[in-house]
Amino acid sequence: MSEKTENTLSACPMPIGQYTQIVMAHGGGGRLMQQLLERLVRPAFANPHLDQRHDSTVFEVGGNRLAFTTDGYVVKPLFFPGGDIGKLAVCGTLNDLAMSGAKPLFLSAALVIEEGFPVNDLARVLASMNATAQAAGAAIVTGDTKVVENGKGDGLYIATSGIGLIEHGLQIAPAGIREGDAILLSGDIGRHGVAIIAEREGLGFETTVESDCADLSGLVGQLLRAGVELHCLRDLTRGGLAAAVLELAGDAGFDMELSESAIPVAAPVRSACEILGFDPLYVANEGRMVLFVPASAVGRALDVLHAHPLGHDACLIGRVGSVGKGKVSLRNPYDIVRVLDLPSGEQLPRIC
Amino acid sequence: MCLAVPGQILSIEQADDPLLRSGRVDFGGVVKVVNLAYVPEAEVGDYAIVHAGFAISRLDEAEARAVLKEIAALEDIADEIS
Amino acid sequence: MKYLDEYRDAASVKALADAIAGRQTRPWTLMEVCGGQTHSIVKHGLDRLLPPSLSLIHGPGCPVCVTPETIIDQALELAARPDVIFCSFGDMLRVPGSQHDLLTVKARGGDVRMVYSPLDALNLARENPERQVVFFAVGFETTAPTTAMAVLQAQRFGVRNFSLLVAHVRVPPAVETLLSAPDNRVNGLLAAGHVCAVMGYTEYEPIAARFRAPIVVTGFEPLDILSGVLNCVEQLEEGRAEVENRYGRAVTREGNRPAQALMDQVFEPVTLSWRGLDAIADSGLGLRPEFAEFDAVRRFELSAPGTASAGPCRSGDVLTGRLKPFECPAFGTACTPEHPLGATMVSSEGACAAYYRYRRDAA
Repeated sequence: MSEKTENTLSACPMPIGQYTQIVMAHGGGGRLMQQLLERLVRPAFANPHLDQRHDSTVFEVGGNRLAFTTDGYVVKPLFFPGGDIGKLAVCGTLNDLAMSGAKPLFLSAALVIEEGFPVNDLARVLASMNATAQAAGAAIVTGDTKVVENGKGDGLYIATSGIGLIEHGLQIAPAGIREGDAILLSGDIGRHGVAIIAEREGLGFETTVESDCADLSGLVGQLLRAGVELHCLRDLTRGGLAAAVLELAGDAGFDMELSESAIPVAAPVRSACEILGFDPLYVANEGRMVLFVPASAVGRALDVLHAHPLGHDACLIGRVGSVGKGKVSLRNPYDIVRVLDLPSGEQLPRIC
Repeated sequence: MCLAVPGQILSIEQADDPLLRSGRVDFGGVVKVVNLAYVPEAEVGDYAIVHAGFAISRLDEAEARAVLKEIAALEDIADEIS
Repeated sequence: MKYLDEYRDAASVKALADAIAGRQTRPWTLMEVCGGQTHSIVKHGLDRLLPPSLSLIHGPGCPVCVTPETIIDQALELAARPDVIFCSFGDMLRVPGSQHDLLTVKARGGDVRMVYSPLDALNLARENPERQVVFFAVGFETTAPTTAMAVLQAQRFGVRNFSLLVAHVRVPPAVETLLSAPDNRVNGLLAAGHVCAVMGYTEYEPIAARFRAPIVVTGFEPLDILSGVLNCVEQLEEGRAEVENRYGRAVTREGNRPAQALMDQVFEPVTLSWRGLDAIADSGLGLRPEFAEFDAVRRFELSAPGTASAGPCRSGDVLTGRLKPFECPAFGTACTPEHPLGATMVSSEGACAAYYRYRRDAA
């Protein structure tokens, strides 16, 4: 038996790094996760839709262009400053649709509940999901509920899927990125990651940092209505700003440069990062996006962003360079340029 | 490296046992309870370097100012030359 | 943040870099001892602001990197025990032993917890009286007093299910070893600011005199580091070899006396084999016999650490400054942060990891 297992393993396109088992870092938004997706997940399902390499896939049905996406949510704690797992799950799917410029229509929700989970907490989460979907003009129209044994889940896991309608003629996707495009950021970074870490046991932070968890579909709708020429959008999640830009640079095949001093980080987020030895560029967000627009559209895009509560700190953070291997450079305040790299997994608090 | 960051002492909890002397320390908006047994001289309002949950050194403001002043003097020299 | 932002000012950084270039007339090689300084230098690109004939060597100052493989194997053995909650600082979790790392033990069901402070581990012991809580005590003299405090509190409050796997290291014996090497190229040293905050710098005075090498106590921010470099270059140009303090806001000559006292009460110097280096007398800290009950090796009757296998990793040459990370044949190919051959690639403080992350284009 053990011999057979070993043979199976050696035939596998893994190991990823040295690991023959999944470790937490495989879900951390870093290089290990990218390797898992590229070497195991994508090949397993290979098809042209998957090759759009975007947050949602876009396809045509009866003359209408639709966007479709899905996501799973695990978060500890389930309730955190600025949100809860329900709001997170709905916002995440709304945002994945919005990144194609789609207007969200219908969502599904699958709940995996751990035996012993308080019904009151479940009611709170469901209410939060519904309110978030309604505010975006969408509805949760189908779902599933499963209960697992005590100890087999962290209280509650949620999976959501969504369908949205594309009512514009743009191709908002990695393939839309062009040389010379400006890279805009919709707000300050790192709030979600710090809010979550601060709440986790053991660290004992007292902070007022709230997660940035928010639905960006309204803001994207306003940009489209204002006629801003959007080439690509990407919401920032695990792996932070760095992972999002690196992924896009690789997928679109362009080198890019960011200016470190242009990237806004709120004071308490920066402080928490100093204490833990984190780089805010790699810390998770749940309500921020990067926008790729032609240089001529920067002024108009920033006007629309600044007028919206989710974009009032928006700024220009970099430019798309020439066709290349997807190298992302970061120019620091001392005018030194260094290469930005994917973290290998989740950042670990450092002692040294 | 011995990652350690400066923070300002907001309050001090005097314990019967000197090993348990602790306080709330503000790191630019993030507040944490920190063991202050190794900085018995530190008072509320002082800044301290904190490592692994312990204040290991009270920061000396005069020393800090002196070094920054020397560096500022270098900048002035540079300005004069250019 | 006060006491951080002022020390990152771009105009001042430029002025200091210019002052260094103006002061230097001959090539010099400096070593920053501390991994935190290495991280800061490479991240901010400070070495690129310096004249090419001034080279910086990245010393062995990352306690995570130098923790011997044999002790990591003991950690893995403890962490895999069902009765143990194994507590570690975050950056130790990825460091490979001879087989795998703590993250793998965790994935296989080991109860491995990341803690911010040794006191967090002690609290876990109090909250889980039916389990054994082991704290992986790594770090230089900066961290040793925090571990000493956890041991003293455990003793005072009778916490019987708490113990330590100790791998603390001391800086001065390692520095002496490096400077004594026949092929030593280091002309001056930047001493680790936070180690000195605890220990002061009297220990370095005989070393500076014996090896005729200036030693400058240096902090971690860009201005601190450049100011340390400037002082070191000035001393070398003037033919001086003294210990000077450029981190006066945090460091005094005597250091932190209360912290030293508790450290001495709990620990005694022992011989230790550093990863990548050979055994160095008095370079480690072990629990004194009065505190033997808190020694996890004893409590769990672990076998004494054997000798580590010599692999293809040349971290010893990197740690002693004989090799720049990108000069190693394995760098970035056989050896990456996901698949590290040695500890200098594992810890983000390690010289190889810092180069991989910030400077792959230099290779």
